[in-house]
Amino acid sequence: MSCISDLPDIMTTQTLTLDQLPAKKLGHIHGFVSANSSLALKLREIGFAEGDEIEVLHRGPVGGTPLSVRLNTSLIALRKSEAAQIQVVIAK
Amino acid sequence: MKQMRIALVGAPNTGKTTLFNGLTGGRAKTGNYPGVTVEKRTGIYQSKDAQRYELVDLPGVYGTTGRSSDEKVTLDFLAGNIDGEAKPDAILAVLDAGRIETHLHSVMQLQQLGLPMVLSLNMIDMAERDGMEIDIKVLAKKLGIPVIATNAARASGRAELETQWDNAFAKAVPAAPGPILALPELQAQARKIAQAAILKKPTTQTLTRSIDRITMNPFLGPILLVAIMFFMFQAVYSWAELPMSWIEDGFSVLIGWSTLLQPNWLASLVGKGVLSGVGAVLIFLPQIVILFAFILILEASGYMARAAFLVDGLMSRIGLNGRAFIPLLSSFACAIPGIMAARSIESERDRLTTIMIAPLMTCSARLPVYALIIGAFIPNTKVGWFNLPGLVLFSLFMAGIITAILVAFVLRNTATKGPAQHLLLELPSYKLPNVQDFAIGLASRAWVFVRKAGTVIFATTVVLWVLSSYPATDGGIRDSFAGMIGALVEPIFRPIGFSLETVIALVPGMAAREVVVAALGTVYAISGSEEQITQGLSSLLRSAWSLPSALSFLAWYVFAPQCFATLATVQRETNSWGWMWFMTSYMFALAWVAAFITFQTASYLLG
Repeated sequence: MSCISDLPDIMTTQTLTLDQLPAKKLGHIHGFVSANSSLALKLREIGFAEGDEIEVLHRGPVGGTPLSVRLNTSLIALRKSEAAQIQVVIAK
Repeated sequence: MKQMRIALVGAPNTGKTTLFNGLTGGRAKTGNYPGVTVEKRTGIYQSKDAQRYELVDLPGVYGTTGRSSDEKVTLDFLAGNIDGEAKPDAILAVLDAGRIETHLHSVMQLQQLGLPMVLSLNMIDMAERDGMEIDIKVLAKKLGIPVIATNAARASGRAELETQWDNAFAKAVPAAPGPILALPELQAQARKIAQAAILKKPTTQTLTRSIDRITMNPFLGPILLVAIMFFMFQAVYSWAELPMSWIEDGFSVLIGWSTLLQPNWLASLVGKGVLSGVGAVLIFLPQIVILFAFILILEASGYMARAAFLVDGLMSRIGLNGRAFIPLLSSFACAIPGIMAARSIESERDRLTTIMIAPLMTCSARLPVYALIIGAFIPNTKVGWFNLPGLVLFSLFMAGIITAILVAFVLRNTATKGPAQHLLLELPSYKLPNVQDFAIGLASRAWVFVRKAGTVIFATTVVLWVLSSYPATDGGIRDSFAGMIGALVEPIFRPIGFSLETVIALVPGMAAREVVVAALGTVYAISGSEEQITQGLSSLLRSAWSLPSALSFLAWYVFAPQCFATLATVQRETNSWGWMWFMTSYMFALAWVAAFITFQTASYLLG
């Protein structure tokens, strides 16, 4: 997914990790922080992949973890520490 | 023609088991895979052309890496790596139509295993209700396998699959051996296929999202969860009352008839031994059935995953996982299904910790013990708004839970120490539970319990009867085998205030906690006079035990690992004698210390 980093600076959308994505803001998955980790593989197997539409819906009552997110049409719960492995860009 | 063996494979919550139950008419053979206790369900499907196929329902998997022990079984089975299990001839893959985009890559991973495959695009009704349109022909063409839309819960929803069945499996061939793609490339390809096949995207699950706004709300969510739990436990105790009294009455009639048996020893064996013992256990069947009914409904409706979400934050503080919620909740009915449910926890450390604390949840087998002692010793008075017996029962529940938290915390910092674990959990769409799945699930769980009563407990009651009736039948309990064993170990129990009779009753009580009630009955009946027998156990104990002894007995029962079946399950599930002995010893140690403190403190205060 090099298309985003190839864009001129002025058009580059800010890259954040999923745990930082504000609620109800639509994002797209950009990549994984450590792409070859076993966690990244696990995240991929359950369905996370580059380009997917993602949105944070709810946060757990204790310490804001876990998060529930909408990934395309699936709903998935994951902890803050796992969400921090997923890079997202906010959709325009 | 040889009967084809077809494995049903798919991600969790895709309706795989519903499809299996629908196709086999619910007539499944259940068993275990060798070495592991993962439940194996096979059934026969007879197709429209009167061909017979053997269907195997496998645990849900994401992809083909396989991390939890459940997933490993599925993948080993597909690879033909399980001893005594023939490799399947074909795969019936099940994919949730509403989640094609996120899950299609795992179907493609399965294709790479090289087995012929047919794809059931399931829950098509829900996807269509959400406004989704899928071009199935495109999907079939791009994947190169037959794809059939299904709604497994209804016969009409399975009709298309059944019509095409023979043809589809006759023609199904393994995927052309192409290059094995790494996951990122496979995902990219899957996304492209999905985009081509999806004509119209769904409006995102309006119903599920609106329910989630309440169930997952940081304030309302926990309140609702506590309310559901409260209602559930209320129902378990109040709804079960009537059927329990029927069972009790039924057994007293049987025991009455047994006195007519000749010779006398046979009457005694059947009446005092078998019927009293087995009856004392079977009486819990209604409670267990009600509790499992709730658990099954909560699970099938999709709520359990939300409960796991809500408690994960708290559970992670003691080093556990939100997924441990279901095993621990089941353990309030019985630790055995609870320990087995821990298989869904993929981190081995989290799973072990969960298993180790599961028996500390107050299972229904402790209730008769608590009920007997509380009824006999705790006056039915009010303390503030609450009545005292209820308060005592509540504190016994809480003692178990709080100890479990402490034990988990200690374990996670010692024996099961390790880095923080993951929670990755799909939240299924809410749906009404399928009646057939519910009935089959409930019946199989009830059967496990009845079978235990019919085998382990039946055998122990006979053994106990022999131990307490021989060699001396006139000299009273002290001269019997049980009396000798009791006298041998009694010094250990003296500091915690247990009488010899109590200790003797604990011997058979090792088989299962509830047996101790029957055993106390037997022991005191045999050692007491006719007059005392007719008095009833409760008043009999009141005259035989002091209050500190009774309280100490309650404390003992919060912790003592008195259930052979649980210990055997732990050994099987951890595949380790070490963990089994660890649990046995730490629980006995806790039980003794708790009983000692209780007895000594109560004796001092009541001095």
